[in-house]
Amino acid sequence: MSDLQLFKGNEAVGEAAVRAGCRHFFGYPITPQNELPEYMSWRLPEVGGVFLQAESEVAAINMVYGAGGAGAKAMTSSSSPGISLKQEGISFLAGAEIPGVIVNMVRGGPGLGGIQPAQSDYFQATRGGGHGDYRTVVLGPASLQELVDMTYEAFQIADRYRNPVMVVGDGVMGQMMEPVVFPDMAEVTDPPDWATTGKRGRDNFNLINSLYLDPEELWEHNRKLNDKYRQMTEKEVRWETRATDDADFAFVAYGTTARIVQKAVEQMREDGHAVGLVRPQTLWPFPQEPFDELSDRVDGFLTVEMSLGQMVEDVRLAVQGRVPVQFYGTTGGVMPDYRDIISAMEEMMRKVGGRR
Amino acid sequence: MKAVYEKPKSLTDVVTHYCPGCTHGVAHRLVAEVIDDLKLEDRAVGIASVGCSVFAYDYFEVDFQQAAHGRAPAVATGIKRVHPDSVVFTYQGDGDLASIGAAEIVHAAMRGENITVVFINNAIYGMTGGQMAPTTLVGQKASTSPAGRDPDHSGSPIRVCEMLSTLPGVAYLARVSCHDARGIMSAKRSIGKAFQTQLDGEGFALVEILANCPTNWGMSPVESLEWVKEHMVRYYPLGEFCTPGEGE
Repeated sequence: MSDLQLFKGNEAVGEAAVRAGCRHFFGYPITPQNELPEYMSWRLPEVGGVFLQAESEVAAINMVYGAGGAGAKAMTSSSSPGISLKQEGISFLAGAEIPGVIVNMVRGGPGLGGIQPAQSDYFQATRGGGHGDYRTVVLGPASLQELVDMTYEAFQIADRYRNPVMVVGDGVMGQMMEPVVFPDMAEVTDPPDWATTGKRGRDNFNLINSLYLDPEELWEHNRKLNDKYRQMTEKEVRWETRATDDADFAFVAYGTTARIVQKAVEQMREDGHAVGLVRPQTLWPFPQEPFDELSDRVDGFLTVEMSLGQMVEDVRLAVQGRVPVQFYGTTGGVMPDYRDIISAMEEMMRKVGGRR
Repeated sequence: MKAVYEKPKSLTDVVTHYCPGCTHGVAHRLVAEVIDDLKLEDRAVGIASVGCSVFAYDYFEVDFQQAAHGRAPAVATGIKRVHPDSVVFTYQGDGDLASIGAAEIVHAAMRGENITVVFINNAIYGMTGGQMAPTTLVGQKASTSPAGRDPDHSGSPIRVCEMLSTLPGVAYLARVSCHDARGIMSAKRSIGKAFQTQLDGEGFALVEILANCPTNWGMSPVESLEWVKEHMVRYYPLGEFCTPGEGE
């Protein structure tokens, strides 16, 4: 296929964003995502866009706020400690209903943590690290092709709901190279009618705002936001299942970890164990359906994460105690070995036993 | 009958939330007059900050964004970079600009961001009830410096114009005062220049307006204007610190 190109993850995000119509990127250096702002610094000027290195992650997300509010498809990226700094801005984007795309190439934490891959920002991403009743769609790609496709779609989802969207990768995904096919270049659209472009002949003035001092009014605003979140829950939820049709036990994993688990599934299948994999592709909204379907059929779920156990809480909420849910994880930047994942599953199978 | 004095077109016809005697109203009017004079109502985008001027978006007949505390220059940057032909201005108080937003204002100035900043310095946090600001004068009492600002404990107040004047990206910098008619006329001229600087693409422009806060200073409006003249102007000298062309 002639369109197939070998790309590094961070740079693939950049090209996918450009293809989606993003022309404004604001960022601040932090490992392991630096290739993304570096890519944008030469790529965006080529297509008439603007790359600007901000003085901080705080400033970068607020530039996204300004640019998004002015009607642009705007983006910022960072890694864990920098994403913590952006939380104020993400809350404001949600409150003021501004679309924007935030990429987090997660590294180990807490604090300065490390620079190796991790999934320990799941709580922050899915619960909203910022203040207030808000939600962001969180996409969790597991390959560079999916990273490209999800980055592209992130802009469409953000525009559809006027809400920030997060793409959560990790250090591995940012740094590794894989062949990818990019979508065609989307047309750069005119600013929507709510954007602060200057009135330009409009009778009314446009306002981007998240302040509602009257509690009733703020409640009403929150109800309106909640309607959007409900729609997102219905329409944007995505997952994939592998080898679950006849599975006695199922793994649950997302992102890079799901690929390692896939290897464990293949090995265990060869060894005669009926195991499968549920892979959430959206971390929020979290997929309920596969767990409703499988909880009647499997004897248990083993959640595997590069964290001390974060997504496993959502798995437990989804399974609702119907079958046991156990956890295996590595953290701090250590990636799980598929053999250890197999051992964890074998132990679970021994303990839980089979219903059939 | 011929009208000799009217509300500027760029001001909305509402009662503001400002306290009696507060000079925010004067500053709003001056900004609106400049927007009218330069015919910017179709291109202007304002950014309201957090503090007493948080509701500025209700008072101007132009597009507005309300920014997080201190982040107005970053928000302005985002807007201006998307629509370079728009006229983008922030309206920020001293807590917003000189404390929590110190990084954002310094770096917008460093980049020579082609925006206009209207900076209201009333030496106190007004909206939250009179706490000490980075601009509170030495000895001045505030709700968090009840014995008066002690420089050994809290440092001495920031002179924003002087600080920013070292940056080559700054095209226009002026400090004016609203304590009397002459000061108000001068403030209008400076605000006009600060917008013209942006229209001419010269770079970053900021006007610092020394303002009163009768409520939190515990003074009558007249006493507070006198206090601006006697105390603030002495520490914060008036004048132009940079004019276009000089900075390079």
